[in-house]
Amino acid sequence: MSWWLVAWLSLGAYALKVLGLVVLGGRELPAVVNRCLTLIPAALLAALIMKDTVTVGQELVIDARLVGVSVAAAATTRRLPLTAVLILGVGSTALVRAAARLI
Amino acid sequence: MRDVVRASVVIGVASGIYAISFGVLSVSAGGSVLQTCLLSLLVFTGASQFSAVSVISAGGSVASAVSGGLLLAARNGVYGLALSPSIRGSLTKRMLAAQFVIDETTAMTSAAPDQRAKDWAFWSCAVMLFTCWNLGTLIGALAGSSIDPETFGLDAAFPVVFVAMVAPHLATRSGRRAAVIGATVTLVLTPFLPIGLPILLSSVGVFVGLVAHEDDDSSGQSSEVAP
Repeated sequence: MSWWLVAWLSLGAYALKVLGLVVLGGRELPAVVNRCLTLIPAALLAALIMKDTVTVGQELVIDARLVGVSVAAAATTRRLPLTAVLILGVGSTALVRAAARLI
Repeated sequence: MRDVVRASVVIGVASGIYAISFGVLSVSAGGSVLQTCLLSLLVFTGASQFSAVSVISAGGSVASAVSGGLLLAARNGVYGLALSPSIRGSLTKRMLAAQFVIDETTAMTSAAPDQRAKDWAFWSCAVMLFTCWNLGTLIGALAGSSIDPETFGLDAAFPVVFVAMVAPHLATRSGRRAAVIGATVTLVLTPFLPIGLPILLSSVGVFVGLVAHEDDDSSGQSSEVAP
């Protein structure tokens, strides 16, 4: 892992926090900008889920991860605690892989 | 105040579990234990850390990993704006407080009824989270170097963590639309663009989400997180 990643991500993340809390302070941003910024996680996290579930590099690949993520999604829908979601998702992925190896 | 502290402990422990998986994943993506711990100490915003490491582990460039991570961190700026009337004190104190402006501290602080409660909420949540997050990262990073991630299904820990993280953002109709567009854009563009770029472009989902704004106040807000 490159040190540039650590440096830029650290500086950038802190700068954004200081910008909001200290520099801009109590000022109000235009409502549209506010909405855009708060919607980013929904779009980006959904994108990351796709990337990490059904792609390897630039190829679309269906494998055990899809089972794990579906189990995790079901667990999240049932409002299970985070630990349970993580164990169920990761555990079912490992199980499917182990089963595939036996066959 | 006891309720606030208790809630902080629960949030702290939960984040510690996330942090263990971050430590493992960061080390298996090629990070050293030191780099992994520095990411948690200095970046200290979970989604950005996971996203950056996930792009790197897939073979993406530093530029796309950093820009994706910072796009996700942009909401902390919005949180800072919202919290600034509640975080009082000297410039030094506010510069320190800034590092702890993230999802959890913002939620706890805005829910507190008065200034005294807000002080307690912010700082108890900040201290618990920062401690657990960094401790968990260290544990995960140390353990991560001695196990094979794929055998234990740990490569699925990324999307599983993201599933848990995205759930609260799907409470509104605009959030759901942004998510669907983001996911679709990524799937369609992945075969054609360098790794990491589709993730950045998925943020166009935000603009489509904006169109749904008008519907939100009438129906979206009251709807359930998941169907």
